[in-house]
Amino acid sequence: MFAALGDETRLLLVAKLCAGQTYSISQLTRGSRLSRQAITKHLRVLEGAGIVHSSRAGRESLFEFDPEPIAEVREYLRFVSEQWDEALGRLKALVER
Amino acid sequence: MSTDRIEKRIELKAPISRVWRALTDYKEFGEWFRVKLEGPFVVGQISTGHITYPGYEHVRWEAMVQRMEQERLFSFTWAHPKSFDKASYSPDYSKEPTTLVEFRLEKTATGTLLVLTESGFDKLPADRRLEAFRRNEGGWTEQMKNIENHVAKNT
Repeated sequence: MFAALGDETRLLLVAKLCAGQTYSISQLTRGSRLSRQAITKHLRVLEGAGIVHSSRAGRESLFEFDPEPIAEVREYLRFVSEQWDEALGRLKALVER
Repeated sequence: MSTDRIEKRIELKAPISRVWRALTDYKEFGEWFRVKLEGPFVVGQISTGHITYPGYEHVRWEAMVQRMEQERLFSFTWAHPKSFDKASYSPDYSKEPTTLVEFRLEKTATGTLLVLTESGFDKLPADRRLEAFRRNEGGWTEQMKNIENHVAKNT
């Protein structure tokens, strides 16, 4: 999932979306040298990673940020890290007997 | 904390040959890792078994042994199940992302330095569930602030 964030444009999009409201593609394209099409492509990657959700308001697509996946992956990494701490502690006890 | 890898360094007061055996002998590995393995580790072959750690006895162990370089490097890849929780656990790892676990050994004055690296977490999709464990609730997380700061610095 973090691979989806590993791109300057996508990071900038996430930073804009982090403010918490929903945004249209026009709003997200404003101030960028990239085309609407390029921005949309990046938004779809973020959507695929679960950190952005889209909804329709009339003819417009609106995008909004979801912090949950990032929080969950960080939490998972922390969990795995703690498991390793425990396991390596047991290895140490075994070999130093 | 890096988002792609976990690294642990541990000094062991034991000779390198002792540590190597604890890592690569499947019975010794099972003792400290808390897994019951069905057979020895063989490069290029899948190691199978099940976890013996209390609460996780329903979890299947499956790892593809990558490298075994005598007293230097032992590595394998393994899959992360979507959930460890008994209610939602599935033993089918065929579609789950894998990470690479590497144990590197170095002789030191007092014994052995073991460096454990697990990498490849960037591939993990955002659907790992941790119902049984503590979770950050609501609002901003440290990570989002980091993203904001990073971008602010670079615009």
